Order: sequence, then C-alpha cells, then structure tokens
Amino acid sequence: MIISRRRFGHMVGAGSLAVLAGIPAVNIAHGAAAKVVVVGGGFGGATAARYLKRFDNSLDVTLVEPDHKFITCPFSNSVIGGLHDMAYITKGYDGLRAAGVKVIHDRATMVDAGTVTLLSGAQFPYDRAVVSPGVDFKWTAVEGYSEAAAEKIPHAWQAGRQTVLLRKQLQAMPDGGIFLMSAPPNPFRCPPGTGERISLVAHYFKTHKPKSKIIVLDPKDNFSKEDLFRQAWARRYKGMIDYHKVEDDGRVIRVDAEANTFFTDFGAYKGDVANFIPAQKAGAIAVASGLTDETAWCPIDPLTFESPRQKNVHVIGDAAIANPMPKSGFSANTQAKIVAAAVVELLQGRQPGAPKLINTCYSLVAPDYGISIAAVYGYEKGNLVSIHDAGGLTPMDADAKHLEREAAFTESWYRSISADIWG
Amino acid sequence: MTVKSRLTTTVLALVLTMLSALLDPGHAASGEMAPPAVLANTCFACHGPDGQAKGEIPVLAGKDGAFIQSALKGFRDGSRPATIMNRIAKGYSEAEIAALAEYFEQRKK
Repeated sequence: MIISRRRFGHMVGAGSLAVLAGIPAVNIAHGAAAKVVVVGGGFGGATAARYLKRFDNSLDVTLVEPDHKFITCPFSNSVIGGLHDMAYITKGYDGLRAAGVKVIHDRATMVDAGTVTLLSGAQFPYDRAVVSPGVDFKWTAVEGYSEAAAEKIPHAWQAGRQTVLLRKQLQAMPDGGIFLMSAPPNPFRCPPGTGERISLVAHYFKTHKPKSKIIVLDPKDNFSKEDLFRQAWARRYKGMIDYHKVEDDGRVIRVDAEANTFFTDFGAYKGDVANFIPAQKAGAIAVASGLTDETAWCPIDPLTFESPRQKNVHVIGDAAIANPMPKSGFSANTQAKIVAAAVVELLQGRQPGAPKLINTCYSLVAPDYGISIAAVYGYEKGNLVSIHDAGGLTPMDADAKHLEREAAFTESWYRSISADIWG
Repeated sequence: MTVKSRLTTTVLALVLTMLSALLDPGHAASGEMAPPAVLANTCFACHGPDGQAKGEIPVLAGKDGAFIQSALKGFRDGSRPATIMNRIAKGYSEAEIAALAEYFEQRKK
C-alpha cells in the first residue's frame, strides 16, 4: 500500500472519509487531481460541489450554473404570501468559491463521454459528473398554456421573476377578488408546496384582503398532507378555500390566458389572479444527454445515484427517480452528500457503504402554524426503502404550541440548509 | 521534507487509520454502516453545517455525546417529548446513534 504525502494531508483532515470510515486510503494515482464537474447550482448541485471538496480537497471540482444568483423554490411561497422578501431567498456562490469550487456561470448543453459542453462552446473533461438540473415543464400538456402564457399567468414553480410576478399580481388584486390555482399531476417538485401556497395566499388575504376567495383545481384524487392542510384551513381560513379534486371537476384541459380562465371537463373558472402549475419532467440537460427514460425522468442506481444510461454520470435531485424519496430541496441536499461520498470512494477504487438518508418537508400554514412530513431511508437488497416505523406526519391532535414550534423549525431549517449549501 | 520524516509520516498515518478502525463503534458493530461523517452530514440540513444550527433547531456541535445518545434513544422509544425527532430517531440503530453522538461531540462549539 502506498500512502502519499498529499493523501495523508487529507486523511488527517476533519472531513476525511477514509479516517472516519476506518478504511485505509489507497492512493491510486499520483499526478493530476481527479476532475468532477457538477451541473446545476441548486439544492442538489451546490451541495454536491461543496461536499466533494469537503470529503477530498484534492479534487478538481467545477460547478456549472447559468445564474449568478440562485433563488430558492423553498420559501418562495413565503415571498408570495408576503412573509419574506426576494433578498431573503436569493443565494450567491462566493461561499462555494471560498470552499475551493470553480464556479462557471454558463449553461451546460451536453454531458457525454467524459466531457461537459457549455453553451459558450467551452468544454470541461470529467472523471465523474454529477447532474442536478431540477425540473422543466411540459409546455404542450394543456392547450393554451405556454412559456408566453406564463408571462400573464405565472406558474411560479421555478423561483425568480415568476415569484415576483405572482406576488405583484396578488398585491394589485382588489379585496373580494379570486385567486385561481391549477395544481400539477404527479410526479412534481415539492408535493406539499401546493398546499403551502394556498395556505400562505390565504394568510395574505385574511390579513389584507379578507373578502377574497381561493379556487383550486387539482387533477389528482389526493394531495400531500391533505388532512393536516384541511384541518388548518378549517381552523384559520374557514370558507375561503374551494378545492376541486379530479372527481369534482378538478382537471384543467384548456387555459385562456387573455381571459384568466381555466376550462375543465365540465366548466370554466375565472380568476382575478391565476396560477397554473404545469406537469413536469427532468431538466433539459438530462434529456439532451440521454439520461431520461420513457417517463421523462432519470433512472439511477439507488446506492450511488449513477445513471444506468451513462457511465460515470450521477443524477440527483428532482430529476432523479429516487422513489420513495419525494422531489424536494431536502431530498436533493441529502442525496448530494451521499453521492459526493460515493464519488470520492469510487474515484479511489472502493465501493461506498450504505448510508441513511432523510427527508423532512416542512410547510407553513401561517407564520405561527407549521406542519411536516418526515421519512428516513435505508437500503434493503440494494433498493432504496423508507424505513418502517420511522417518519410520518405532524399528528392531527398536535396542540397550538407544537404547531408554533414546527413553524419556528421551518424557518430554522431554511436558514440551516441555506448555510449548509451556500455558506 | 526528508526521506526519514516522510517515512515517519506514512507509518503514523497507518497507525492512525488502524486505531480509528478499532475505536469506531459503528465500524465494529456493522461492516455495512456508512462512515459517521456521511451519516451525520444528513443531519446538517436542519441542525446546520457541522451541527451549527441557525435559529430554533438545537445546535449539536460540541454537545455532550452521552446527552445526544440518551436524547436520541428517548426520542426513539417515545419517552422523551419531541416535535419531529421522534419520527426521525426511529430510523437509526444503536450503533448509528452512538456514532452520531460521538461525531457531534467532537465538532467545535
């Protein structure tokens, strides 16, 4: 066994996996550092880049992200509801640069055969790539809704200008108006996000425009944390929310953007402010790079998140088929860390151990009312499974103090995970 | 850097890794368990980087390991009141709890 000076330096470092694992590190190559290119600077990609450097500082880690500032989808509902401003959910990349990550602001157009190609034409070779592109929308799924229509009827399901647009429309709406929302079909980013948006718009109406109403059209027969949300709405926003599931004519089949009207199988609904959340698929780079299957999402090996469709390419976050984990920022963050660890092990020629993963989706119903769903994941016969008996929802009989504490935890979680990712 | 000190460094590295393997309770209990650092960093999502939580969620960095262990076990068997941790702790084994407690105790406050 050979342990180089360079490697020893890492082994005694606080973040060294090898020492903590009790496995002697074997240096397989002297010379150039292994190259890892990470595509996407959101919850998955930015976490992966940071933890790759943390686990092995000798790695050459490049992060490719088009935007100079990242605006988080988590907590964008709190901006729409007026609890926080845009600055609060805007993150920069200086922290990652300080951690030794090379951050390139460009759009990746192809990940293939050891090279990431960017829109500028620049090419970055990799030993391993981590692709975390988030979601794109199926723009042609419902007649009348398009990228152009989204300028009038925002989806606000990718945070940024769309978040600001929806917030401004709600602010301009007169008291007594109607907020009309169309929820997406499964699977989609942030399953409890629709219930949270309805709640925080209701909170804004209750405190600023109390005569206003909310109509929700949903093509599904249930939604995440449904019992908890309905209980909360009955307590806090009684009579304000009219929710139509699929059996109650909830499926929108056509949008008239000029008239702010959604057509269903049997009716038409008009809003003063309308919000259409389209069906979703893996981000464009995943499709272009052949990482998606017939479902339009990316299959993965559950332990390493490596794509069965492209060697040395790992897919994490919303784009990955990581059932039973939901598509959430929390999931992407936890997946990114185990993938960073796995990539370090694989580059050393070792097999990664079986980790535990967690997801907790917190939702604010009001500033003093939080609810959550949690799960812990492990491996059984090589499959990712939700551990029996662990996890679950906020209890239906939780008292006001418990719910207030969960609301405080929701705020605390956002600050902690933001620091964990962007510094 | 002389050849001799290079050799000393290498020997020291080997001794350290062997020692850590012996001292790591998780490693002794289960060959399949992920390294404590990998287990623990999942907790950072709520408890902050290296256990330095922001806001109301408890800071874990530098907390007494015995306290973390007894709290997690209490959450797991329901004897300790909780908001969310009763749901999370049920997903962890005795060995994993011990490894996590040791890991967070060793973080700087």
